Amino acid sequence: MITAHGIQSYAWLLVAIPAASALILLTLGRAADKWGHLLGALVPVGLFVYAVFLFFSVKGQSNRKVDLHMFSWIPVARFRVDAGLLLDPLALVFVLLITGVGSLIHIYAVGYMAHDPGRRRFFGYFNLFVAAMLLLVLADNYLAVYVGWEGVGLASYLLIGYYYTRPSAATAGNKAFFANRVGDVGLSIAIMLMFAYFGTTSFAGVFGHFGHGGNATTGVATAIALMLLLGACGKSGQFPLQTWLPDAMEGPTPVSALIHAATMVTAGVYLIARSAPVFDATSAARTVVTIVGAITLLYGCINGAGQDDLKRVLANSTVSQIGYMFLAVGLGPGVYAIGIVHLLGHGFFKAALFLSAGSVMHAMNDRIDMRRFGGLWRVMPITFFVFVCGYLAIIGFPFATGFWTKDKIIEAAFDKGGTSGYLLGIIALVGAGLTAFYMTRALVMTFLGKRRWEPDVHPHECGPVMWLPMAVLAVLSLVGGWLLIFGGGVQEWLTPSVGPSVEAGVHTVSKPVLTAITLVVVALGIAGAWVAFGTRTIPEEQPQNVTVVTRASRRNLYADAFNEAVLMRPGQWFSRALVFFDNRGVDGVVNGLSASFGGGSSRFRRLQSGFVRSYALSMLGGTVAVIAVLLAVRFQ
Amino acid sequence: MTHSYALLALVLIPLVGSLIVFALPRGQAAAAKQVSLVFSLAALVYAIVLAARFKTGGPRFQYGTSWTWIRDFGVHIALGVDGIALVLLLMSAVLVPAVMLASWNALDSRAGAEEAVEAPRRRSAKTFFALLLLLEFFMLGVFTATDVFLFYVFFEAMLVPMYFIIGSFGGPRRQYAAMKFFLYSLVGGLLMLASVIGLYVTTGSRTFAITQLIGHVPGGATQKWLFLGFFIAFAIKAPLVPFHTWLPDAGAEAPAGGAALLVGVLDKVGTFGFIRYCLPLFPQASRYFAPLVLILSVIGILYAAFLAIGQRDMKRLVAYTSVAHFGFIGLGIFAFTTQGGTGAVLYMVNHGLSTGALFLLLGLLIARGKSRNVNDYGGTAKVTPVLAGLFLMAGLSSLALPGMSTFVSEFLVLVGAFTRHKALAIIATTGIILAAIYVLYLYQRAFQGTVRERVTKFRDLNPREVLAVAPLIALILFFGIYPKPLLNIINPAVKATLSDVHQQDPIPPLNATVAGGSK
Repeated sequence: MITAHGIQSYAWLLVAIPAASALILLTLGRAADKWGHLLGALVPVGLFVYAVFLFFSVKGQSNRKVDLHMFSWIPVARFRVDAGLLLDPLALVFVLLITGVGSLIHIYAVGYMAHDPGRRRFFGYFNLFVAAMLLLVLADNYLAVYVGWEGVGLASYLLIGYYYTRPSAATAGNKAFFANRVGDVGLSIAIMLMFAYFGTTSFAGVFGHFGHGGNATTGVATAIALMLLLGACGKSGQFPLQTWLPDAMEGPTPVSALIHAATMVTAGVYLIARSAPVFDATSAARTVVTIVGAITLLYGCINGAGQDDLKRVLANSTVSQIGYMFLAVGLGPGVYAIGIVHLLGHGFFKAALFLSAGSVMHAMNDRIDMRRFGGLWRVMPITFFVFVCGYLAIIGFPFATGFWTKDKIIEAAFDKGGTSGYLLGIIALVGAGLTAFYMTRALVMTFLGKRRWEPDVHPHECGPVMWLPMAVLAVLSLVGGWLLIFGGGVQEWLTPSVGPSVEAGVHTVSKPVLTAITLVVVALGIAGAWVAFGTRTIPEEQPQNVTVVTRASRRNLYADAFNEAVLMRPGQWFSRALVFFDNRGVDGVVNGLSASFGGGSSRFRRLQSGFVRSYALSMLGGTVAVIAVLLAVRFQ
Repeated sequence: MTHSYALLALVLIPLVGSLIVFALPRGQAAAAKQVSLVFSLAALVYAIVLAARFKTGGPRFQYGTSWTWIRDFGVHIALGVDGIALVLLLMSAVLVPAVMLASWNALDSRAGAEEAVEAPRRRSAKTFFALLLLLEFFMLGVFTATDVFLFYVFFEAMLVPMYFIIGSFGGPRRQYAAMKFFLYSLVGGLLMLASVIGLYVTTGSRTFAITQLIGHVPGGATQKWLFLGFFIAFAIKAPLVPFHTWLPDAGAEAPAGGAALLVGVLDKVGTFGFIRYCLPLFPQASRYFAPLVLILSVIGILYAAFLAIGQRDMKRLVAYTSVAHFGFIGLGIFAFTTQGGTGAVLYMVNHGLSTGALFLLLGLLIARGKSRNVNDYGGTAKVTPVLAGLFLMAGLSSLALPGMSTFVSEFLVLVGAFTRHKALAIIATTGIILAAIYVLYLYQRAFQGTVRERVTKFRDLNPREVLAVAPLIALILFFGIYPKPLLNIINPAVKATLSDVHQQDPIPPLNATVAGGSK
């Protein structure tokens, strides 16, 4: 590790500038309404330019771990936490993703939010989001990560509940925050474990206890890793804390793009990849990570297939794609980088998909029911093109982004070997087929087929402020994956942070065969969706005589119903019962005691209306007696 | 002992102010308010000067002074501050002017009709402001006293102005609440008096000076009984579950400014008492009773949080959240680690600012809506965005959002407790979920959702009201990013206290072999 110098010593501005901008936009109030959105959009663009220079500055040196110490944050005896940044390969790819894709989404939002009276407030929250996310990936110790971590949670709470006068939006914001807080308990306990056992919370300090010469026991590693995983599940919408993520669609569409593509949900993957030395030391915890990933990726796929709300389809696809990333980072040494590569590729195509969904929504008077879309390709050709690019990328169409990044995860799962390897591989493969199915369904229902528009909508293509960023993302969806893995690319770059990328010497299933199988499965998914939705008329109302699977899928596999029945309602009853107990029980006993002491409740009531002195006197008398006894005992 | 008049001067500023305001002729409400504000600001400025000149590496008690008061019993008017007292002193001095600004028109039906809470009939704003200054005098006194008897006197005297603030200026059930508050405190105070006298008798050192009593209290059963006298008094004051039931009533019925001081400062005297008196004077008994206190604290964190979630009365709700927060403070103090103790003291400061701001903002909201029931509001953020924004910030500080000073203190408490009592700390950590629920659920019901008819006429905060609360929020944010100045003041005092209890921080079992690991 070397100390930051030159341009690197200004890296703290990456956090300070968007934070300051957010503060300005949110405190100036209406005075900033005229130019607030411009400032808000300019900030990430400027940060991106700086980040590119920073990237090359670090790339140019042999030691690519740069430490930027700022000040001593919390020094209390042995507990010493510094405010410091770590500029290493892992942090820098995230910085580029956050500021790069983030900038495109910000620019798009200038157009998307043009008619919203709260646009300045919106950009304030947006900048806060960027600041928090950058702190999360740049911090050099777990406690500072926690600050960014919660800042992201706060920004998402504010943005999901942006239309706060809608009860559903306010509730969705709360739901997101509560799920995140459950995860925070995990992160908190992980940090406490680190301090209790190692006496430090810095990356360098903690990781020093792992690997060669480390003295951390497997038990400690597993405990820390599982607690970190709980935190990651909350932030990334993974099973069993996934239900907040689809509800997060209550916010304006650019929010969804920012949460799903550039920030927030990728934080969990980041945390696990960052903690690679800890996870390397515990195969038990890694197995749990792969199981969480596998369950979530199937859950997301199945849910995505039953939704009629385009944004909810995409939200569930995020749940599922993050499941792939968890699966990858759970596979452990050598595969972390593949998870990160898929994360970056996903950032491109998911942003493209969400922004084109937003464009559709914009054109359809903010309606998002795919049953009332159809035939939009003709009136919105650019949006259609962008969506198709994102579509090809996510299903893993040959040479589009997902083809390079997702297929590697499927491959790595099989290469794990043994029964578990086959099981995970097959789940990942089935997921690929289901992804092709539900994405084709969404594509067909939205853009192809007959027009099922409501009579008052007159769709039109969006303006250049919106379609230009979309177009950039479309191109990245097509070629981004290839760029990322070209010549070892990102995987090699990440080696100093997460260890070298190892390709198994002997593949369980040989590469060409697996690619062929994957393509066949994907083709089956497409064909299935085409037969079911492309060749038939889509009913404008949701059909009710459907299979059990569809019914369950529409209701998020009853996960919400479960939470409500098992957590929410009993919690409310419990709370009410305690209130009753506290008023009648604890307080009642005390009141009752004092009443009987004073000779009946009527007496107490009289005391309440002003007989303080007599009461105080009687009390004083008692105390004097106590003191007298004490003195007597003493002087005997 | 070298004499310093600094603390005496500081303590007398509000007393003089209070006497002047009391002496003003009737009907001089405006002058009374202005004079009060000037005196409270003067005390604040002077407190800041003293804090800036406090030597963090210096002696434990600074600005010490002592005059004989009752020669026959060795009672002295002895003042002095350690780091713990100093930060609480500062917090009190910050809160009083904020309360004054926020309550400016709250009792004056002519000056601002929509701000006047229903309470005042005959009582005047003059009396209210004079009582606030009198209260400040006692609060500053209780933190600066280094003579146990003098502390007791201030401890009891604090009740009087607060009793009148609640009983005369409070809500519909103010008399019941004031009486309950008074009786609970009185019982605790008298138990403490017994212990104070017992302390004098059993040590036989014929003095009440705390520095001379530390280490001289006999052990065994005597120490346990003496400890309990102090402890119960402080536990009622703090309040620790199950001694808490007076607080929701008092907090709800007190005028908002009174509630802010009651929960923000007066209750801190309880937790201050734990760390200043219980631990150093009765180390053996403190260790003996620590498991019990820790368990009560953790129960309090969860129990009070559930109660807060179930409340509809917004002020009761915030009062219950405070009970939960006091659980954290108790946990930090009786964990006997530097992190826990420092965290607990910082928690006291932060909680004063955070809950003080919450009560003041609730007062401003309730003055507009004339109801404490949260279900009477809805969509208020649309009408009063500034009030809503500040309220959300105060609420987030209450749930200890990382980046705010409340997080620093809460995490220090938890991490300090964790190194000694893992299970208790883990249970306490789940309290952060409940904290998010009670804060955001309150915010949702009051400020979000469909805009209710009755809130559409609400006026947003005026500059004076913003000025009352915004500095509190700014301090919370500043010390969240840079808590070091406060930690440097608190830390040595906590270390000294822990060495009084003969406790050392546990050493991380795996730390030894890796050099330079704790960067």
